[in-house]
Amino acid sequence: MSNYWSDVLGGTKSLAVGLGITIKAFFQPVVTMQYPREYVKMTPRFRGHIDLVKNEETGGPKCIVCGMCQKACPSGCITLAGKKPEGSKKKVLTEYTLDFTKCSLCGLCVESCKPGAIDFSKEFNLAGPSREAYVFDLIKRLKERS
Amino acid sequence: MTANPVVRLLISLLVVIGFIAFNAAFLVWVERKGAGHIQRRIGPKEVGPYGLLQTVVDGVKLMSKQLFVPDHVDPILFRVAPLLILIPAVMSFVTIPFSDVLVARKIDLGLLMVFAFASVNVLGLLIGGWGSGNKYAVISAARAVSQNVAYEIPMLVTTITIVMITGTLNMNEIVAQQAGGFWNWNILPLGKNFLLAAIMPISFLIFFICSLAETNRAPFDMAEAESELIAGAYTEYPGMGFGVFFMGEYANIIVGCALATILFLGGWQCPFGLFPGVHWFLIKLYLLIFTVVWIRWTYPRTTIYGLLNLSWKVLIPFSLSILLLTAAILKVL
Ligand code: SF4
Ligand code: SF4
Repeated sequence: MSNYWSDVLGGTKSLAVGLGITIKAFFQPVVTMQYPREYVKMTPRFRGHIDLVKNEETGGPKCIVCGMCQKACPSGCITLAGKKPEGSKKKVLTEYTLDFTKCSLCGLCVESCKPGAIDFSKEFNLAGPSREAYVFDLIKRLKERS
Repeated sequence: MTANPVVRLLISLLVVIGFIAFNAAFLVWVERKGAGHIQRRIGPKEVGPYGLLQTVVDGVKLMSKQLFVPDHVDPILFRVAPLLILIPAVMSFVTIPFSDVLVARKIDLGLLMVFAFASVNVLGLLIGGWGSGNKYAVISAARAVSQNVAYEIPMLVTTITIVMITGTLNMNEIVAQQAGGFWNWNILPLGKNFLLAAIMPISFLIFFICSLAETNRAPFDMAEAESELIAGAYTEYPGMGFGVFFMGEYANIIVGCALATILFLGGWQCPFGLFPGVHWFLIKLYLLIFTVVWIRWTYPRTTIYGLLNLSWKVLIPFSLSILLLTAAILKVL
């Protein structure tokens, strides 16, 4: 019988406590982010897909077309090409595509790049209609950014 | 008020249906907003200011769906069931007094009539589940019946307590007796009788819990249990068939809260005895409805055992003892 009363009284009390908690939450500010209108700022260590880094002097990519990143990539995501323009010693990057469908974001390419010409982007909002949408032309992206 | 009784009846019916439709739409919005804020998110906000038009849009969506009647169902019962939920709720409004004059029909047995119609509600659920010809729907309909039977008893017993105190089944009369200030209300009748004031709050609590259970509201919504049984008894209902069930549910919530307001909270009476009127009724009504929403998003759903235990082991003994105590108090003092 004492069990019964402690059940009834304890139950009533805990129900009231529960109501107290939810009503407090009701008047507290909203904590969710209104996603399509608001974005989170990604932390500096966030690894998005790779992106070319801009050379501040020339405005073009920093890349020297050494091909190390292509070799380092275990999944073979990176395809690049370059050519030497007339009267120049250095190669210029003409094509840099990243097949993001295969990328594991391991970061080996970024590590292997001596001049620091590639870096992780902060892009996370990557929804697309087809697989082909994930083959990125990084030179184009670099131009769009500047 | 000398208009032709038929005209008067039609007008009040139209007003009541409008009131219910508006409230159903508005309450769905309140429900979703309440859920949102309790979970510290915003809830609907895209359609219309503060998402107010969201339920209108949802309604249009439901109406545009095909009214699909599956092969294996009982065609007549299947179609009748949603109406059996909605119509009794609409009929109950006929006797519910919103204010001194704002009542479709002042019936001496008004309270009896409301409870008579309220018990048709469970028939609608049972028929809906049975007519669906689906095991899960039948199971949840059976649960709904056992639940309704279990909770109708304490609810009626507490109502009898009130009837004993007021000596009438006429709801206008019951409210009129609570005039003068909150100390005269039946929830805490300090102005009338101190001993009664000690037990009536428990009575109100029992009544409120029962009206939650009667309307199949969370935490007592096993019949529906959308997360386990996929809307239980309504599993087979598409589009607006389902929508009507929901409107019926919300109408029943309003009836339940209106009854609690009338029986315990002094109906349209002002807490300080100043300006009684329909606004007080609505304020109390919507505060209770908010509590219903608040409760829904606070407690998890109980099990069927928990539900029946609560009724048979706690609510019924308590309501019966209160009935006896009230009788003793009224007789002796
Ligand atoms: S992060 Fe790894 S998988 Fe992705 S492109 Fe670079 S090396 Fe290849
Ligand atoms: S390793 Fe760096 S510099 Fe070399 S090709 Fe790749 S991106 Fe260009």
